[in-house]
Amino acid sequence: MSAEGAVVVTGISGNLGRVVAKLLHRTERVVGLDRRPFPGKPKDVEHFQIDLRKKKTEEVFRRLPVKAIVHMGIMHDPRMSAEDHHSFNVLGTTRVLECAAKYGVKKLIVLSSANVYGPSPENSNFLSEEAPLMAASRFPSVRDLIEVDMLAHGFFWRQPSVETVVLRPVHIVGPTIKNAPSNYLRLKRPMRLLGFDPMVQLIHMNDVGEALVAALTPGLKGVYNVVGPGEVPLSACFSELGAAPVPIPHPLARSLLGRLFKFRLASYPPEELDHIQFLCMVDGARWRSESGWRPRLSMRETIRGVLSDLA
Amino acid sequence: MGLSDSIKQRLRRWTLSMTGDDLDERLKGHRSQNEYGVDPFGFSLDYALSAVGPLVWLYQHYFRCQTFGIEHVPAGRVLLVSNHGGQLPFDGMMIGVALLTEGKPPRAIRSMVEKWVGSLPFVSTFFSRVGQIVGTPENCRRLLHNDEAILVFPEGIKGISKLYAQRYQLQEFGLGFMRLALETKTPIVPVAVVGSEEQAPAIVNLETVGKLLGMPALPLTPYGVPFPLPTKYRIYFGEPLTFAGRPDDDDAELEKKVKVVKASIQSMLEKGLAERTGIFS
Repeated sequence: MSAEGAVVVTGISGNLGRVVAKLLHRTERVVGLDRRPFPGKPKDVEHFQIDLRKKKTEEVFRRLPVKAIVHMGIMHDPRMSAEDHHSFNVLGTTRVLECAAKYGVKKLIVLSSANVYGPSPENSNFLSEEAPLMAASRFPSVRDLIEVDMLAHGFFWRQPSVETVVLRPVHIVGPTIKNAPSNYLRLKRPMRLLGFDPMVQLIHMNDVGEALVAALTPGLKGVYNVVGPGEVPLSACFSELGAAPVPIPHPLARSLLGRLFKFRLASYPPEELDHIQFLCMVDGARWRSESGWRPRLSMRETIRGVLSDLA
Repeated sequence: MGLSDSIKQRLRRWTLSMTGDDLDERLKGHRSQNEYGVDPFGFSLDYALSAVGPLVWLYQHYFRCQTFGIEHVPAGRVLLVSNHGGQLPFDGMMIGVALLTEGKPPRAIRSMVEKWVGSLPFVSTFFSRVGQIVGTPENCRRLLHNDEAILVFPEGIKGISKLYAQRYQLQEFGLGFMRLALETKTPIVPVAVVGSEEQAPAIVNLETVGKLLGMPALPLTPYGVPFPLPTKYRIYFGEPLTFAGRPDDDDAELEKKVKVVKASIQSMLEKGLAERTGIFS
């Protein structure tokens, strides 16, 4: 991208935000928006510590010419109150979309997730971008993530003047990532479900960062699944990481985890078990062929990347 | 997981002792495998060779399978369409072993399994490692594009849970396989299995009770469980049929084409029944 204007990165203080800032700041004017501080930020990155829902967000757009937005200011923390969660994600995204339309931003990239399809025993092995977003049918608290995806998708059709890209990457892992799959794979003695060993897809945060940068390419727009180096049985991740999983029959695991979660002894609710029981894999062929992006890391490096920094 | 390594190795040696030592060599490169020994659908040649041992034994010694016309199965993408019966899908497994051990060249086929299989512990993992996947049209389409051989039972649950009195009477065929064949320009090889439909003679089907247990059907044999008797299997492969037409044609148009496949299977069944001297011999 060479045209004049800044690239606004929401959620820049998160893991992925920092990866994207590092990849972009030498060639672009990067402006970060996050309610968290950004320690260790590169000198040439401007950071505004504001809540996306607030009026101040618009002020940034009013003051600066913005050519592109990378919207990652979306959170998924099952401990947060549903109301707060929903308001932050949905209202924050709405505000970003409004600004994109109002201030003539050329490019909008929204980071969604392949989890929006939801794991199910009836899923096809590889879901395409047209598959219905069913995740909330079994796990209502991901409703707002689906809503964010659909807001962006709707914006894609409503605002043809903005090149909108919605990326739905598979499970993102990385040494500092705190999402459910990374936390789970870091356990030494994780619970696994007796008799289930679904195929899973993982992608390293650095590869996602490069995909987000690739999405800035002028002309590229649409909704894309982003698949990392491939598919492995969940058990292969455990052996690669030297973990010794404890098999538990699934009905028991559900009630057990339900109780542990309620008493704050587990960091994820029982609905997350669907991911280690059923398939939720996607087909990333469209993204690869239209963007030319390829993951840099092999499957082995990606799995190991859960634990240690690859540098 | 599941099988410990030494048992796995022993099973694998057993399989190869029955099929010839070079089977694993001949199957290598048949499907792409990543550094963890699986293809994108979860098939693992290593696991499959260990797991298939008992089935090869059943094929050779229990059902004493005999195949006819296996050379009709072309290389590349193909839909194998077969009759279905016998309460437990040994017919599918035996067709699979036939192509694995006697196919020219040997090939590991895929079959489309019922959606509820995905929710069963052990079974779902086992099926995935030996290459069987949940029967959605997208899965089937994708596999045919990868030039795989896919086994389908258009009779579905109605076929496998047939009562003894209905044996070898083909039930209504679904049309889905024909749509996919037309769409992907895939030849269809009709398959007739004689022997399977007497292996577990069912006298009643307690469908309502089955539904309560989350099963699509619950046929009972005189001895209760659907344990298969050692009937003699004869597996007939017909000449490949190719169809032309629009995959989104009216059902009536597709039904005409499906009838051709059905008639071919029915005539092979009748030929097979006439040729044999007894159910067990």
